[in-house]
Amino acid sequence: MNPNVIIEFTLDGKKARFETSPEKRLLDVLREDAGIKGVKEGCGEGECGACSVLRNGRLVNSCSIPVIAVHGDDILTIEGFSRTESYRIISDSYAEAGAVQCGFCTPGFIMATAALLNENPTPDEGEIRKALSGNLCRCTGYTMIIEAVKSAAARMAGSE
Amino acid sequence: MHKISTSTLRPDSKTKSSGRAEYISDIELPDMLHMVILSAGIQHGKILKKTIPPLPVGYHIIGSGDFSGINKATIVAQDWPFFAEDEVVYYGQPVLAVVGSDKIECGNICSKIIIDYEELPAVSTIDEAVEFFNDYTIVKGKPDECFKSAGRILENTYRTGMQEQAYMEPQGMIAEFSGGRLTVRGSMQCPYYIKNSLNNAFDIGGDNIRVIQTETGGAFGGKEDYPSILAGQTAAAAIVTGKPVKLVMDRRSDMLITPKRHPSLIRIRTAVDQSGRISAMDIDCRLDAGAYESLSGVVLERAIFICTGAHNIENIRVRGRSMKTNHVPSGAFRGFGGPQALFAAEMNMYYAALELGVKPVDLKRRYQYRQGDRSVTGGTFRDDIKLDQMFDIIERASDYSRKYKEYERPSSPGERRRGIGISYAAHGGAFTGSGEQEIIKSLVRLKAEPAENEDFKHFIRILVSNVEMGQGASTTLRKIVAETMGLPLEAVIYTVPDTDVVPDSGPTVASRTIMIVGKLLQDAAEELKKNIDSGSPVLTAEKRYVHPEEFEWDEETFKGDAYPAYSWSINVVEVEVDPITFEVSITGSWGVYDVGTAIDLRILKGQMQGGTAQSLAYSTIERMEMSGGRPAQASFTDYTIPTTLDFPDTECFFIDNPYRYGPFGAKAAGELPNEGPAGAVAAAVSQAVGRIITEIPVTPEMLEAASR
Repeated sequence: MNPNVIIEFTLDGKKARFETSPEKRLLDVLREDAGIKGVKEGCGEGECGACSVLRNGRLVNSCSIPVIAVHGDDILTIEGFSRTESYRIISDSYAEAGAVQCGFCTPGFIMATAALLNENPTPDEGEIRKALSGNLCRCTGYTMIIEAVKSAAARMAGSE
Repeated sequence: MHKISTSTLRPDSKTKSSGRAEYISDIELPDMLHMVILSAGIQHGKILKKTIPPLPVGYHIIGSGDFSGINKATIVAQDWPFFAEDEVVYYGQPVLAVVGSDKIECGNICSKIIIDYEELPAVSTIDEAVEFFNDYTIVKGKPDECFKSAGRILENTYRTGMQEQAYMEPQGMIAEFSGGRLTVRGSMQCPYYIKNSLNNAFDIGGDNIRVIQTETGGAFGGKEDYPSILAGQTAAAAIVTGKPVKLVMDRRSDMLITPKRHPSLIRIRTAVDQSGRISAMDIDCRLDAGAYESLSGVVLERAIFICTGAHNIENIRVRGRSMKTNHVPSGAFRGFGGPQALFAAEMNMYYAALELGVKPVDLKRRYQYRQGDRSVTGGTFRDDIKLDQMFDIIERASDYSRKYKEYERPSSPGERRRGIGISYAAHGGAFTGSGEQEIIKSLVRLKAEPAENEDFKHFIRILVSNVEMGQGASTTLRKIVAETMGLPLEAVIYTVPDTDVVPDSGPTVASRTIMIVGKLLQDAAEELKKNIDSGSPVLTAEKRYVHPEEFEWDEETFKGDAYPAYSWSINVVEVEVDPITFEVSITGSWGVYDVGTAIDLRILKGQMQGGTAQSLAYSTIERMEMSGGRPAQASFTDYTIPTTLDFPDTECFFIDNPYRYGPFGAKAAGELPNEGPAGAVAAAVSQAVGRIITEIPVTPEMLEAASR
């Protein structure tokens, strides 16, 4: 095993420093070293999006990024995002639309929704479907999730 | 509409959205060890020798010798070992496990263990299989006479593939053993199944076994059986080491070595009498059970009991067998034998319609079950069957008949070919036959606890073993109790199942949670309300299931009422097929459902849309092939479950048809959406390509090959 290395990045708005194995994925450091369990591992191969986080504002799968690659970056996880007003609007919309069933994929979907609405506050249905296509949900068939995103977009537009 | 049907907000939405909900992978205990399973790398063979490298301090090998009871899980049958003994019978079968503090090190040790095998011939498919675990025959009416006097006999064969449950949370379990008590927690549907299985595996006494459900990230049947295996394996390690032991599967191992939906091969002979009426069917249904029986016998029962679908055929002979093959045991998956049987039944009606020169929908409507008809097992459909009303609803919504006519005209070369299909489905609610009465004996408990509150004087605590796994039971069961007692929803508390705390109200399977457990809770709530209103000091109420006397069942002959009530659906699916790539695009999906009374319309709609997506995918994009006994598709890269881009929204309609023994009239719902859509997809594709589809999933490769 390689000796530990020191990795520094901004995590949920605060400077974070980890002395950890360079072989770890960003997901491992978030869950094991930082204790952020809301970032889920669904497949470990970048297919399901349960481990989604924002890296410098862009949606990424934290299971597919070696932790050494994020040195100096800005990482936002569900834990940090869940303290924001945008989160409140998005999660209210998810609850009201019935978009949450088993919940394992939900933090990832919330992050994907946040990334989409940051970039495009007024997405049409096609844009929503495309933006969420990297996240898998087995429970809902997606209809209620898409309704939730539409509703969140409308509420955010209304609150500005 | 009953007022209980009005949608409520699910309180678990917020904890799940924020990532605060704790799944098994999120739980760490002090001093916890990890477990890595060494799986067989061959399909079938004798174990000659196990060579284990020297182990670092604190690392242990766990195997078949570590069970003080029996080294077999109890999953209906009791034949599936936790660890192989002297023979492996399927690829991926657990042989040994390595336990220690560092998971990576456990994996390294595992990779250094050498197992020498003497390989034996293996059986990979139903077609090759000769041995079977179960062989059942049911005869209704006089099929032999009908075939003798038939004017025509039609025959066709239908196949369905394997399907992976693909819950988003992989399976996992943590076991602890201290002070003579074993505690197992994890992602599961059936806490008492696990407790019972552990009690048979270890001589420690049932009172010393505690099973706790953790937040369960989807299950769909997949967490009915395999958690009993994981619980036994981790428990053995916890007992040997005296420390908590955790095993969370990664996606690949979960896909490689946990049970999937039974592949099926169903041959149907149809007798048509001199007047052109279908007089009888002779059905041979074979399911691919895999290497151990496990619960295949019960899946097979459900398949043969519904072998003509929602259609009344007066004379039937059906033989069902669960074939023994060398791959991972097939298991429970939403629908449980129904989707296979219904696909064959629906496509056989389609085939018969073409042969008889009538429209498929006309033939299906002509033979649809009506109140008073007899089922395959000779039971009576006692309740009103509203398929005509349901047809009118879906016809209006989907414009089925007009589109069917339009798509019958030949398409010009290069034009995308369109098709529309309709399917009928029935799903019997709860356990088969006398199972609820004889085997499960569901017991529920309600407890009133003082509340310091202006709006209500008591909190009412629900104590049942039925789990929340995403389907909304922790909300819908509370709604039933709150509505019965005239309390706000906040006054009713759902208790996460822990066998030390909740009684055995049975497993979370068979669409029984609302229909059976919900009804018992309603009865208990009425009693508790009376107690409270009369000032009685008795602040608990218990109810045990009693099968309504009017239903009769003979388990030996499979005669009588196989289910107390049926739920019904009609699905319409519209497709386009690319004339060059043969890619199938689903362009429309509609469903109309009779589930009695809806307990919560939004939760119900979520069930229907999610289940329909699983079924649309079952018939198109979800292909799992066995190659040398191992799944060729063992990741989400290769095994493609639907994304947001694959299917249109399913438009759902519900009719009100209260069931007299259900809570507020509710009956089975959860599995119904997985029953019908595959038959509608296949009918739509059949129309589009002008050739009957008898095998699912229907892939572009199959369509291309058939077009040549």
